[in-house]
Amino acid sequence: MGLFDYFRSSPSRSAALAKERLQIIVAHERGSRRSSPDYLPALKKELLEVVRRYVPIDQSHVKVHLDREGGYEILELNITLPDEEQRQFQPR
Amino acid sequence: MATIIVVTSGKGGVGKTTTSASFATGLAQRGYRTVVIDFDVGLRNLDLIMGCERRVVYDFINVINNEATLNQALIRDKRVENLYILPASQTRDKDALTKEGVERILSELKQNFEFEYVVCDSPAGIERGALMALYYADEALVVTNPEVSSVRDSDRILGILSSRSRRAEQSENPVKEHLVLARYAPDRANRGDMLTVQDVLEILAIPLLGVVPESSAVLQSSNAGIPVILDENSDAGLAYSDLVDRFLGKDLPHRFIEIPKKGFLKRLFGGG
Ligand SMILES: Nc1ncnc2c1ncn2[C@@H]1O[C@H](COP(=O)(O)OP(=O)(O)O)[C@@H](O)[C@H]1O
Ligand SMILES: [Mg+2]
Repeated sequence: MGLFDYFRSSPSRSAALAKERLQIIVAHERGSRRSSPDYLPALKKELLEVVRRYVPIDQSHVKVHLDREGGYEILELNITLPDEEQRQFQPR
Repeated sequence: MATIIVVTSGKGGVGKTTTSASFATGLAQRGYRTVVIDFDVGLRNLDLIMGCERRVVYDFINVINNEATLNQALIRDKRVENLYILPASQTRDKDALTKEGVERILSELKQNFEFEYVVCDSPAGIERGALMALYYADEALVVTNPEVSSVRDSDRILGILSSRSRRAEQSENPVKEHLVLARYAPDRANRGDMLTVQDVLEILAIPLLGVVPESSAVLQSSNAGIPVILDENSDAGLAYSDLVDRFLGKDLPHRFIEIPKKGFLKRLFGGG
């Protein structure tokens, strides 16, 4: 910080730089908090196939959810089976 | 039904304890039965800011360990009716703060003591003490300074509130978040040397509850052990007063965001 900076009249870019850097790092950290690994869609598809060998369900009946907590991750699977009368067992 | 409010930030020294003391005092002044709990095990300070340090006999951990009852540990404020303080212990054993213990004390405060607001002053960091302080919260005051590391830490805390609080774990309604922007200096923000209110809001994207200006009144009031909200002639005191009213539902404009207008003479000779 020289004398020049002290007396300059134009506004400083200091805060603008801080904001730019923050936007980048915060977006990055939020991304790694929330993003899911890329095997999830494949996992979901295969699960659907396996369950379908026994019960007729569709895509919307399978919910796959990944949670990160501190150092570990929790994979939550939720498969809703249709009502009894809707179940028409069709072995393939 | 009591509401549990955590005052949190991630980063230390941003104004959590100052905010907890004034916020709790403000709620009690407005007639609500309020207790403020110091979760900063090992580094208790809330008692000093509230001016009751010489009346501490038992503490939070003593109650958790059944060495004292809540009746024995709660300190009744001498200035404001309806206000109680539960001090932190100075033990170095941070493991004493267990989920079960904290839950038991909180439900006793709600049910047997009929408190309407329970304010939890969180320690810095994202370790046990901070996690315990936010775990049972219904609402959170996220205290942030207009400075890079504080904003980043606040964002981390927001992530923790939305994934590791009891409300998140039980898939209940999320913890209601409020931004408290503390130690704001409008002149420096206008000069482009400090993040503006707008900048911080854009990044954190949670509703603004209040802006507390950088103020010498804060140091003076902590020297005296009187929460700054009781200094009705100070800018910081008025800012906290507005903040409490807004929390309770009043629609008030934000003051202290603009540079204070100086009189002609003051402008000529400086000062103020
Ligand atoms: N609005 C303010 N203006 C000036 N100083 C402040 C303000 N808020 C807090 N401080 C000072 O900052 C320091 C840290 O405040 P404190 O409330 O103890 O923070 P924390 O609990 O987050 O560690 C204290 O010395 C306090 O007096
Ligand atoms: Mg503190």
